[in-house]
Formats: sequence, C-alpha cells, structure tokens
Amino acid sequence: MSFLSIKAVSKAFAGPPVVDNVDLEVPQGQFFTLLGPSGCGKTTLLRMIAGFETPDRGTISIDGEAMNDIPPHLRPTNMVFQNYAIFPHLNVFDNIAYGLRKQRLPKAELRARVEAMLATVRLEGLGGRGAGQLSGGQRQRVALARALVRRPKLLLLDEPLAALDKRLREAMQIELRALQRQVGITFLMVTHDQDEALSLADQVAVMSSGRILQIASPRELYERPNCREVADFIGQNNFFHATVKTIDADSVTVNAGLLGVVTLAKANVMCAVAPGDRLLLAIRPEDIAFDDAGLAGEIAAATFLGETSLFQVRVAGRSDPVIVSNYFDPPSKAVHLKFPPQFLIGLPEH
Amino acid sequence: MAEKGRNQGAENGYLLLAPTLLVMGLALAAPLALVAIYSLKTQSGIGLSDGWTLARYGEVLGRASYQVLFWRSLAVSGAVTLVTLVLAYPMAYFVAFRARRAKFLWLIALTIPFWTSYLLRVFSWKIILGFDGLINSGLMRLGLIDHPLTFLLYNPFAVVVTLAHAWAAFAILPIYVSLEKIDRALLEAATDLGDGPLRRFLRVTLPLSMPGVIGAAILIFVPTTGDYVTPTLVGGPAGSMIANMIEVQFGRIGNWPLGSALALVSMVAVAMVAGSFVLLARWAAAQVR
Repeated sequence: MSFLSIKAVSKAFAGPPVVDNVDLEVPQGQFFTLLGPSGCGKTTLLRMIAGFETPDRGTISIDGEAMNDIPPHLRPTNMVFQNYAIFPHLNVFDNIAYGLRKQRLPKAELRARVEAMLATVRLEGLGGRGAGQLSGGQRQRVALARALVRRPKLLLLDEPLAALDKRLREAMQIELRALQRQVGITFLMVTHDQDEALSLADQVAVMSSGRILQIASPRELYERPNCREVADFIGQNNFFHATVKTIDADSVTVNAGLLGVVTLAKANVMCAVAPGDRLLLAIRPEDIAFDDAGLAGEIAAATFLGETSLFQVRVAGRSDPVIVSNYFDPPSKAVHLKFPPQFLIGLPEH
Repeated sequence: MAEKGRNQGAENGYLLLAPTLLVMGLALAAPLALVAIYSLKTQSGIGLSDGWTLARYGEVLGRASYQVLFWRSLAVSGAVTLVTLVLAYPMAYFVAFRARRAKFLWLIALTIPFWTSYLLRVFSWKIILGFDGLINSGLMRLGLIDHPLTFLLYNPFAVVVTLAHAWAAFAILPIYVSLEKIDRALLEAATDLGDGPLRRFLRVTLPLSMPGVIGAAILIFVPTTGDYVTPTLVGGPAGSMIANMIEVQFGRIGNWPLGSALALVSMVAVAMVAGSFVLLARWAAAQVR
C-alpha cells in the first residue's frame, strides 16, 4: 500500500458528483500534482484529504491509517491555503508558532524550531513583522513555514502560487521544488496551471469533471497523453482523424486522410485497436516541420512569442488551421508541412 | 497642481461635513459649554449668582450619597454591558456562522423588539417581573412558591434585566458585523494547525471579533450609565442612578449648577471607565497567541 491511498472516493454537493469514484496512490516523498481546469474537483479532493469535506463514498488513508473518521485537526496533514490565510492578529513568529503551541514545548525549543523554519523559508529576522506588512511572496513563505514546522506527513498545497505575479511565481516554483527535496515531506499540490504542474511535480494526475484521466510523469504526460482531453489541456496539439488499416507485431498502419498512409510505433498508440477502428492522431506544433515537399498550405496568421513563432496554416480539406511552431519564418506564405511519423500519437477517438 | 488638488479635496470634505458640524456645534458643543458655565456658578433664587466658584464640584465629590449613586450607576451599567455582551455574542455568532440562507430574516427578527417604543418595553418587563406579574403568578400556579418573590422588581436587578434586553440589538449588530468579516479560511487554517473548536474560537474567532465587542460595549455602557427612565420605572429607591439625581437637580430642586457639575463629573467618569476598558480589551486580545 502506498503512502497516500485514495480508493473509490466520491463526493457530490447538490447535483452531479464533484469527485467521481477517484482512485489515487501517492508514494512517500513525492511531489505530486493534481492538475485540472477550475471546477474539475481537484480542490474538493484536496479538502477531503485535509478533512474539511467528508467523502460520500470511498476511503482515504495516510501511511496505512484510515482517515475517514479522524477530524481535520487531528490529521497528520497540513495545508497551504490559496490566499495563505495568515492570521492578521499575529506577527510572523506567532503565525508560524501557531500550530506548535498546543504541544507545550519548552520555550527555547519552540523558539529554535520557529527560527529554524524562518531560515528554511529565507525569512530570517522577520519574525517580528506584522501580518499586514508582508509582500505576497513573504506571505506565501509564512504559510509554508507555518505548515511545515508541524512536520506533517503530508503537505497539501491549494494553488499556492496562483496569487503571485508571473516573475515571483517562477522563482517560487524553483524554491518550492528545492524545499520539498530538502524537507523530504510528501507534497500534494493542486493547480490549474500546466506549466507549474510540469515543472514542479514528480507525478501529475490530470483531472476533469471529477475523474482522473491520466497519472504520469510530466514528460510522459506531454509526450504520450492517453486521451484527447489530456492532449488538449497540456500544451497545444493538432488532431487528425484516421482509420486503422493493418496491425503488425510492433507497428500500426493507418489511413490518415490528408496525411496519407502512416505507420506508427505500437507504443505510440494509446489504446487497443483492431483493423477498421477509428483513431485520433495528435501531433505537437513543434514537431511539425516546414519542408520543400509535403502537405501544402498557406500561413493565415503568425504570432511572435520570443524564442519561437506560432503559425496558423490553412490547409485545403480541413476546417481548423494546423498550428506549427518554428524558430524561423518560412520564406513565403505558401508552405509545405512535414509530419514525422515518430511524433504522431494515436488516441482513442473519444 | 498636486498641492492644490489635495487642498480642494480637503475643502470638499469639510463641505460634506458641514451639516453634521453645524448640528454638532449647535446641539452638542454649545449646550455642553453652557453646562460647563453653569457648573461654575451658584444658584440664587431662580437666577444665578455673578461670581465663579468650584464649590459645586466640592459638593459632588464630597457628599457620600452622590458617590453611592456614581458607583451604583457604573456598577449597574457595567453589569448591563456584561450581561448584554454574554447574551448577544452567541446570537451574533449564530447568525454569522450558522444561519445560512435566512441571515437577513434573522437580523430583522433580532431588531423586532425595537419596533415598539422604549417605554412599552420597560413596562412589559414590569408586567413580567411584578409582584403579581407573569413570573410570580406562573410559579405560584405551579405550586413552586407560596408567596410572590419580591426580589424581582424595584431594585438594581430589575434595572439590569430591563436594560440588557433593551440594548441587545446594539450589541448583536456590531458583533455580527465583525464576525461576518472574519475570513473563513482563517478558521480552517486554525483547524488545520491542530486546534479543536474551542481553542480555535479562543485563538482566532474571539480576538478577531474584538473590535465588534469593544464597539458594542461602549455603545451600551455609555448611554446606560446616563439612563434615568428605566431606573425610575423599575429600579425603585435602591435602583436609582446618578441620572435620576441630575434630573432632580434640574427639575424639582432647581439647582442647575449642582446638576451641571454632577453631569460633567459623571461624563468624565464614564469616559475614563470606557477608555480603560478599551485599553484592557486591546491588551487582552494582544496576549492571545
């Protein structure tokens, strides 16, 4: 049994289930991320682990101990809230010490633990600051320190970086990752920001409409999504309809309309197929190349993004433009596109 | 430009304040100044003597009977404040945290007693507490007592009960507002950090609702100290307060300078007690960790 184990958990408020029969296993010491659009149930799942919501069905256990009947204030978890929930009537020191007071530690030990935690989150010397005198980044650090100082078995983070501006967010991502390695506590983070999920997590669970679609490492998720929704939500993708022609020992040959007849490695086909089945082919914008020959098209729009540009290429016989990402502008608006077969991923049609 | 703009803002501010300042000047500052002047005079017949004297203050501070009245007034309104806060806090808490959809209805319901006149409310307490009133006749009918209880009416107890009821809404509303403002995430954070419901209340909810509690306390303590209607109607001789004495000086006895001195001394006393209460409450809230 893994460290955090969620089995067949469902939760509905009024109406359809917000969390629908979710199974999830998180190993100890991982930085695990729940990724999904707002309203997909990821925060509700997190709150059920913290104990603020009660599951309608299913079990949640942490380190082998069933949590269902344990009230939130006795669970071995701590949470970093979305807007940090810093106590406004306490200074930084007392905010961090808040969760330790009940343990009645000797004064010196309490002080030592809080000071050590202040150093860990790089807030040395700010213990006396009032809660109202902190910047966004500092508030985030106080929230982290306040939770970590209790040495929880599992740290829950509810969109911890969403309230910060872009620059600070990127800096905090690196810090958060380093902090997790340093303290070795299992982190479970909820986010709707795919960049955040990909750059921080050891493993990501993609959620949609209360269900988990795929659990994989960030690279696996990006390179080998298992369904259209994941392929669409993580980065951008171009989709083409195809029909399976023949199946060999390690390859699948499909008729892909505009792309002609292509042969995919079997490992790149994410579902069981039989000849005649319909399939959806996905390819990333950066995997499509401009070439001298290939599918003819015309550039309808180009967006300069700094290191690359994004081109919308109109192709005869297709309503959606093909999205291509490239470093250089092609010499003319009339282009030919090449689709290297090793980058084509076969997905179930729905 | 910026300087001019700021001045213009200040002028507009005073313009907006002007009606209030006018009313405050005519109805508060001027009468208060008049009272201060009276308190330095001596009554002679129906007029005032010409000279200035501090003798009235000597009388006020020297006479034991006045001191009894002062202390009783402070004690009674202190008790009223305490009782009202203790009764009002749970109600405000209920409306802020438990009443989900019907919040507005609850707030209206809490103010319903105020739709009737103040005098009516005092008289109804007289009916409830009286010698052959609701409580006594009820208890006698039940056979729990043989003779009517006499400690219910015409004493400080009756004054406290009546005033506490009369001022309940003035305590509930400010406390409700300050509870309502508390970010619910803070309560979850306290729970998450290991506090059970009681510890959480003492460490987060109560300190954060302190502004409302202090506001309510002052709103009740200050006017009840000066109340003379309730003591007159339900207080009896043992329940009369300093304002009754002030009323008598301005009325039947006709010693306006003495009444003025009594009024000013009680004003200062109330201000001092209220001020130290605010300091005490702030200090207590700062001790919570």
